[in-house]
Amino acid sequence: MELLAFGKTGWGDELFIATLMTVAVSITAMFIGFLFALLFTPLKLSKNKFLNFIGNSYTTVIRGVPELLVIYLFFFGGSGAVMYVASIFGYNEYIEINAFITGSFAIGIISGAYSTEVFRGAIKSIDKGQFEASQVLGLKRFVYFFRVIMPQMLRLAIPNLSNVWQITLKDTSLISVTGLVEIMRQSYIAAGSTRDPLFFYSFAAVLYLLLTFLSMKLINRLEIKYSRGF
Amino acid sequence: MNIIKKFSLGLLITLFLTISANADKIKIGTEGAYPPWNSKDASGKLIGFEVELAWALCRYMGKQCVIVEQDWDGMIPALIMRKFDAIMAGMSITAERQKAISFSQGYADEVASLAVMKGSSLEGMDTPAGINLTKPNAAAKKALKTLTAALAGKTVCVQTATIHQNFLDSGDVGKVNVRTYKTQDEVNLDLASGRCDAALAAAVAFSDYAEKSGKPVVLVGPTFSGGAFGNGVGVGIRKDDTELLNAFNKAIDKARKNGDISRIATKWFGFDASM
Amino acid sequence: MDINLMITSLPKLLDAAVVTIKLLSVSLFFGLFIGLLFAILRLSKNKIINKFAYGYSYVFRGTPLLVQIFIIYFGLGQIEYFRSTFLWVVFKEPYWCAIIAFALNTGAYTSEILRSAFQTIKPGFIEAGKSLGISSKIIFYKIQIPIAIRQSLPAYGNEIILMMKGTSLASTVTLMDLTGVAKYIISTTFKPIEVFIVAGGIYLFMTFIIHNIIKFLEKKYGYSQ
Repeated sequence: MELLAFGKTGWGDELFIATLMTVAVSITAMFIGFLFALLFTPLKLSKNKFLNFIGNSYTTVIRGVPELLVIYLFFFGGSGAVMYVASIFGYNEYIEINAFITGSFAIGIISGAYSTEVFRGAIKSIDKGQFEASQVLGLKRFVYFFRVIMPQMLRLAIPNLSNVWQITLKDTSLISVTGLVEIMRQSYIAAGSTRDPLFFYSFAAVLYLLLTFLSMKLINRLEIKYSRGF
Repeated sequence: MNIIKKFSLGLLITLFLTISANADKIKIGTEGAYPPWNSKDASGKLIGFEVELAWALCRYMGKQCVIVEQDWDGMIPALIMRKFDAIMAGMSITAERQKAISFSQGYADEVASLAVMKGSSLEGMDTPAGINLTKPNAAAKKALKTLTAALAGKTVCVQTATIHQNFLDSGDVGKVNVRTYKTQDEVNLDLASGRCDAALAAAVAFSDYAEKSGKPVVLVGPTFSGGAFGNGVGVGIRKDDTELLNAFNKAIDKARKNGDISRIATKWFGFDASM
Repeated sequence: MDINLMITSLPKLLDAAVVTIKLLSVSLFFGLFIGLLFAILRLSKNKIINKFAYGYSYVFRGTPLLVQIFIIYFGLGQIEYFRSTFLWVVFKEPYWCAIIAFALNTGAYTSEILRSAFQTIKPGFIEAGKSLGISSKIIFYKIQIPIAIRQSLPAYGNEIILMMKGTSLASTVTLMDLTGVAKYIISTTFKPIEVFIVAGGIYLFMTFIIHNIIKFLEKKYGYSQ
């Protein structure tokens, strides 16, 4: 147990910070995923064949290819891609995107694909009357999407979004490739240094279980809060 | 909507804060997991032969240096992506790597060797002390034959994307069951636990591991140099960065002349590994 | 776009895809039995057995697969005593360590799928069986299990695809599956996009096949409710 002590001798403080990092990346990734989902859900629901194809490609590809491969693509190609885009705009200096953004973005894109499916399912189950009423009232599509549909969609989506959260949380274990020090990487470092992989990886499992457990409690409270008035 | 706006703003700010202009520092990438070339001390600070040599070279170049940690398998892509400007990570100069990046002159040499756990059937092979594979002589060729026979069907573990892996893949020692790992540490772990019949890496890496872990790791067979093992370890630099390449070469010359390389090498390797 | 690289790497990647398929099938095979076992345990009236099964499912679904593989491969390999037992013959090989980790993981998810399928069987079916005088045991084997399997098909199809992606983690313990070989090619040629397209394409193709097999099975064994 001394291995877990805080301070110089033990790994406790490093693991604590790593846990915070895991949570930070998960939240950021989940948020980035939301942004992607908000973009791609309308595409998937669109009647336009081309837009529909783009939306479907996104979810099919990202959900059908292993996360590790997506992360390798980002890690080995990400910076280059961003710089390429920037050079189109005439910015030719080098751009360094830090590991946190790279990792969160990679997981975010993956999380977004799942969130898109969740949003799509939730919107489909909203009573058609809501759409019709909004149109009758003369509300523009953009307006009623955000003010009428989205709040209802979020309420319906919460149970499935909690699944997406769990997936996102566990996927963060894969970005040790980018060098970001989250739970998995810190355990890896500690295990290597102390040559005690069993202890540290088991402890990592405990940390993840703790995060899962706390998440569930929080999400249950969210569910109750958002169900009021329905 | 308000939360979304705030969060997006925060994200964009973080993003832009990291797009920093290139200060006049040289960033040097190293693995930090390949003692005694480079490793980390208990507090996580980067130490080792190359870390100390880097400080010395930067002094000669009159520039400020920052040493950055990077996983081995992403080392060259990170250099190309400009995460840092030079690689000093025990990276040997090989023709294949020279397709992607440039190297300075070699500053130190490492010989590779096979290692096994004490009591292995591979101990006591009848081979010369060292062989050079760039122009293999008769003794070297005979040694390769002995090795091929001894290693047939055995499992040999190496770190991925290394000259050691290239050697085993080249077929010079016939058909061997090659297992690749992300770090040398993982190789050592599986060697010690018996998952590998043998492992191949820099000889000093094994002696360092034996010393630090107390495990009975023994070097067997000849030491290898040349051929697939490259020609010494140099500083990896982007192909278009000729200015930095010249600066490093001049600094290495000075460091060698003043005996710095020999001194630092002896400190970390226990012998003068300088080139 | 380096089309030449895409062509030359295709055969290597296809060979590796075979490894992936092997890992997937063997893991699913064991995982299905484990899942069925724990689903039954979960339905038990005995509180201890029930909690135990729940614990297993909670732990394996609540922790990343990567941690599970590392514990089994690196963690167990560290214990000297373990290495001297006969079990070491199995755990020595990264292939079996991966299979065990995958099987336990998919077993947990499968047990949840089957459990919820069992619990949502219309009571009418069971009552009909009882009224015909069929014993509980036979009702279980001949009525409940087949119905549960049929109801689980969509969710289990999902699980198969998730597991296929999970096999990519075998590359972290030295196994050269599709992802492992893809990573190797990327790290030696520095052309991630081309390799991603080919490797990703192979994965998508496998997903497509699995998806269609499940659809076919659903049609064949489906029944109107």
